Amino acid sequence: MNSNVSLNKEKLKVLIPILLFPVGILLYLNLEKITDLLIYSLIGLTPKTPLTSAIWFFVFEVPKVLLLLTVIVFVVGIIRSYFSPERTRKILGGKKLFAGNILASMLGIVTPFCSCSAIPLFLGFIESGVPLGVTFSFLIAAPMINEVALVLLFGLFGWKTALLYMSTGLLIAIISGYVIGKLKLERYVESWVYEVKAGHLESDKEKISFTNRINAGIDAVIEIVNKVWIYIVVGIAVGAGIHGYVPENFMASFMGKSAWWSVPAAVLLGVPMYSNAAGIIPIVQALLEKGASLGTVLAFMMGVIGLSLPETIILRKVLKLRLIFIFVGIVAVGIIIVGYLFNLIY
Amino acid sequence: MLNIKVLGSGCANCINLEKLCHEVVSENGIEAEIEKVTDYKDIMSYGIMTTPGLVVNGMVIHSGKLPTKSTLTHWLMSELSKQ
Repeated sequence: MNSNVSLNKEKLKVLIPILLFPVGILLYLNLEKITDLLIYSLIGLTPKTPLTSAIWFFVFEVPKVLLLLTVIVFVVGIIRSYFSPERTRKILGGKKLFAGNILASMLGIVTPFCSCSAIPLFLGFIESGVPLGVTFSFLIAAPMINEVALVLLFGLFGWKTALLYMSTGLLIAIISGYVIGKLKLERYVESWVYEVKAGHLESDKEKISFTNRINAGIDAVIEIVNKVWIYIVVGIAVGAGIHGYVPENFMASFMGKSAWWSVPAAVLLGVPMYSNAAGIIPIVQALLEKGASLGTVLAFMMGVIGLSLPETIILRKVLKLRLIFIFVGIVAVGIIIVGYLFNLIY
Repeated sequence: MLNIKVLGSGCANCINLEKLCHEVVSENGIEAEIEKVTDYKDIMSYGIMTTPGLVVNGMVIHSGKLPTKSTLTHWLMSELSKQ
């Protein structure tokens, strides 16, 4: 009897996301109409005033982004249940440069990893013989290409920009890690790192059931949506203000293509800023609309998300200052090149 | 008697896990000593790569995530029943 009830409960857990999925899609596809209905018919705001356009933007974008976020985080949560830092380490152990850098950057996207585990992860990788440059590729890709950033880029800019961000982010992680590996900077790693003896952990080989993977997806949604929704709402509110009130082409003079210094300036400005993707991207989208160029905006975003000051400070525990500067320098140069490249193409 | 070690250098989840351990132990009347391990070398000696880590009587039970209260209670109870 008891096991029957719990079995049904398990089934329900799988069924609920499947049933909610079409509802979400329907809502997503009709969101524009629903927003129109709400703003113009129900509340009766006059169209085309700055206030109305700001409110419309907010009412439309918040549910849209949150819907997308829920779906993508759920899917990514399931995908990530197939990966673990221990497995990634095993795959990367003793890999040669370049091939190792490519693999590490891609694994950086799918391996579940939080920035507070950066040090144990670094130690674990180095100790088991993952080359320094390969480890860096992982550490650069993991924060830069995250599901929240991709969702927001997809939702606010479209799939092309999201794909572009992902591929250039990967490229920066691969090349920066490769360069760090080639420069042979092992002597700038704190010497105690090489004295670490990691214990052997019997990795549990038990199979994870599909229901548990669904659970992992649900857990990811609860954890991530809980953490970022407030940033998204605030970010979109600021974006909505810019959308309604900042005049067209306002940004063109200092974040446009013609200002050559705008790309390095954007990176310099972005690095010390500590914000997650959730807060920064809606603002960035609004800037772009007002005449900022894509390359500049992309560089700014990568500077904020990919090179964050607090994370770099954490790394000081295992890296000598010199290596930190080299690491930040190489990644920053990579971001600047990407910025110029996009300004050139678009 | 359980020996519980919480491995972590002081991130939010590590602090929360320690708190949760104290809660579960006192609510269920479990006899236990709870220690915090913050030194990276010591943390690494348990073979984990993600924090927080939970070690009970020398065995790594879990790492990388904050467990729910009921899960933690279940783990501690089953470790207790092994004795």
